[in-house]
Amino acid sequence: MTLFGRLTWDAIPFNQPIPLITSLVVLLALGGVAVWVTRMKAWPYLWNEYITSTDHKRIGIMYIVLALLMLVRGFADAIMMRAQQSLAIGASQGYLPPEHYNQIFSAHGTIMIFFVAMPFVIGFMNFVVPLQLGVRDVAFPTMNNVSFWLTSSGALLVNLSLFLGEFARTGWLGFPPLSEKAFSPGVGVDYYLVALQISGVGTVLTAVNFVTTILKTRAPGMSYLRMPVFCWTALASNLIMLAAFPVLTVVLGELMLDRYLGFHFFTNDGGGNSMLYMNLIWVWGHPEVYILVLPAFGIYSEVAATFSGKPLFGYRSMVFATLTICIISYMVWLHHFFTMGAGGDVNAVFGIASMIIGIPTGVKIYNWLFTMYGGRVRFTVPIYYLIGFMLTFVIGGLTGVLLAIPPVDFVVHNSLFLVAHFHQVIIGGVVFALMAGYTYWFPKAFGFTLDERLGKAVFWCWFIGFHLAFMPLYVLGFWGATRRMQHIPDPSWAPYLNVAFVGAVIIGLGIVLTVVQLLYSIKTRDQRRDITGDPWDGRTLEWLTLSPPPHYNFAVLPDVHGEEAYWTRKQTAIKMDQLIAEPDYKPIEMPLNTPTGIICAFFASVCGFAVIWYIWWLAVLGLIGAFAVFVWYAWQDEHEHIIPVEEVRANARERRRIRMEHLHELSQST
Amino acid sequence: MTTEAATIGLTHGGSEDTGLGHRGPESKSIVVPYGFWLFVLSDMVLFSALFASYGTLVQATDGGPTTHQLFHRDLVAVETIALLLSSFVCGLAMIAAKRANMVWTQAWLIMTGLLGAVFLGIELYEFASMIGEGAGPQRSAFLSSFFTLVGCHGAHVTAGLLWLGTMMAQIWAKGFQQHIVRRLLCFSIFWHALDIIWVGIFTIVYLIGTL
Repeated sequence: MTLFGRLTWDAIPFNQPIPLITSLVVLLALGGVAVWVTRMKAWPYLWNEYITSTDHKRIGIMYIVLALLMLVRGFADAIMMRAQQSLAIGASQGYLPPEHYNQIFSAHGTIMIFFVAMPFVIGFMNFVVPLQLGVRDVAFPTMNNVSFWLTSSGALLVNLSLFLGEFARTGWLGFPPLSEKAFSPGVGVDYYLVALQISGVGTVLTAVNFVTTILKTRAPGMSYLRMPVFCWTALASNLIMLAAFPVLTVVLGELMLDRYLGFHFFTNDGGGNSMLYMNLIWVWGHPEVYILVLPAFGIYSEVAATFSGKPLFGYRSMVFATLTICIISYMVWLHHFFTMGAGGDVNAVFGIASMIIGIPTGVKIYNWLFTMYGGRVRFTVPIYYLIGFMLTFVIGGLTGVLLAIPPVDFVVHNSLFLVAHFHQVIIGGVVFALMAGYTYWFPKAFGFTLDERLGKAVFWCWFIGFHLAFMPLYVLGFWGATRRMQHIPDPSWAPYLNVAFVGAVIIGLGIVLTVVQLLYSIKTRDQRRDITGDPWDGRTLEWLTLSPPPHYNFAVLPDVHGEEAYWTRKQTAIKMDQLIAEPDYKPIEMPLNTPTGIICAFFASVCGFAVIWYIWWLAVLGLIGAFAVFVWYAWQDEHEHIIPVEEVRANARERRRIRMEHLHELSQST
Repeated sequence: MTTEAATIGLTHGGSEDTGLGHRGPESKSIVVPYGFWLFVLSDMVLFSALFASYGTLVQATDGGPTTHQLFHRDLVAVETIALLLSSFVCGLAMIAAKRANMVWTQAWLIMTGLLGAVFLGIELYEFASMIGEGAGPQRSAFLSSFFTLVGCHGAHVTAGLLWLGTMMAQIWAKGFQQHIVRRLLCFSIFWHALDIIWVGIFTIVYLIGTL
């Protein structure tokens, strides 16, 4: 045994130009950012306002920044795959050798689900849920910070595999026996397992935090059936996380035991049973889809109501549909492996259960349509995404219903048809919602709106790019093209693959334009300030406070009347042409900043890295360090500080003054 | 809004009474244990997946030893009594903590820890003797799942003991401050939950395994 386990100079990909150059570019970029931050003397600001912050809004923003960065990484993988499949046709072998190509599709899936979609969704829940509930923070602010940094630790490890060693070649779910030691002896699968275990802990903590927040800390008067639909979907999503992620922990843990200690859970010998892995991973994996898509539905609901200038159609049916999906999401996992011998009866049960999910989803689609119907719809960027979503998602849903029919599934399973289907529901459902939410809540987070014209350009890139990239894959799937092919034997597929490549390039243009939009909007921010805190004429409580909101969100917790908390309040004020009487301000107790999260994640990363490379002494040191942080944190007495009443009052009065001016404008206009 | 609700402070300025959770954010003494319960719930899900693995693989002995050849009820009986007693004593510690009685709190907590250590000792002895007989976790899928399920519970007990030690030191150094008593409550929830899981292990693994 050596000091550094199996870590040697060979781990650095000197002989592979693509990862080597990418690594150097990324290192240079990171170094450049570090130098820039140092020259701007921004480290203390970053440390105090973001890194150690317990403010749910700041943590939400950090999640979304992480998601956007990882989106670039995941997209780079995607465009490489599309390029390879366009090039490696017939006699040509393309530019990616099989072992590299396999790492790319595995990394693409892993990163897009765990480190783009998840942090993006959790970021919105962080930013929005406490504001919509009319409270000052989540139930456990310090734990919230820890969750974020553990997620980042997982993302760090996955990306580290680019520089040191390799990533898994086993697909984004690492099916055994391929992922067992006997067939994947390298560090790739270990990177995958360790990264997901660490970020998984963060996700479970997030779930605990948000279920508690939504069920136990709401503003006075905010009863369950007055909660905005986004809060309902966040609740459903977190309940699923709470019940599904521990199963992921178990199944990945069992695979780790197989790989590290020679256990026989999923091995070919010793009585192992790889179907156990299939069942457990999909008992997590299918609900995961709803963890992502339910909050997306919540975003669409907010957007539909706000920009149609109407209350959401069928609020209660929306809540009911959300919770129905939440429950049924656990009862369909087997449809991911109809072909693997469960038998006709079992397949029929799971096929029917899968189709049943289409019913509450259909209810939702009609609710959004009827919300828009008869409304005065403002065609802003989020509404574009809503309409684009409805067009795209319905087709994606229908192909899903097709796949839920076991005999059809036997024909098209594991084909590009499947790939097209799940990209259609995840891009058309989740990504569109995230982009809508990004545009919708950006002014609340930063106090100015994003450029509308560029936003629409981004939408068209995603919308057109998506359809070009994935519609041809449905056709190819019918023709028998299986997924994950490094080389295409049939030259007649080339035109379709080329169209798909063009689609991916257009999506890439959309991502570039997103960056341009952000930079341009920052540059022109003075012309697009959100003075009132309510730039879209919103209906929920986040628009009641300033943009950006003060750390404590609300000077006095709002007292909620009626289903649309802020709308009711606003209309009353406009009618009376006055605000509610000035309340009695009190000092506010807020959680202190804490470095616990980043220190914790530091030790988790060290420990994880050590486990991946068999550096056992370092792993032990990491664990001891983590325990020491735990005791150190627990030993502190002061976790809160008091914001003096003078400060609260001064801020609130300024806010009321702006509100009054705005109110006069509104009452004159109506 | 009922007058009864108004007198016990269930109302708030002007809003109609709407049922559950309308009073505004709950106090920390509600929120913290509630969150901890949810964590315990997620832990239960974790164990349910381990139970499912065990149930799937219990017959997969690969020609190696079976449950009947390996498990000894007497040993497990002692183990179980130690753990259940430990939980009971932990309850006594909670009562003493409620009365802010330092001596008895510490005494009961030590007892809790000692009984937990006895449990853990017996489990380790069982593991060691099984491995000594060539029935280690690498022998068969059944044994892999057995060691993982029971070992995961044992790891929880170990973590609980570390937590217990930290709690005792905190109470000793800082007294019965509100947030520390709250943590002690969470610890006791955790400790009782481990009992519930153990009852499942005792039944499904040891009792059914030796029938």
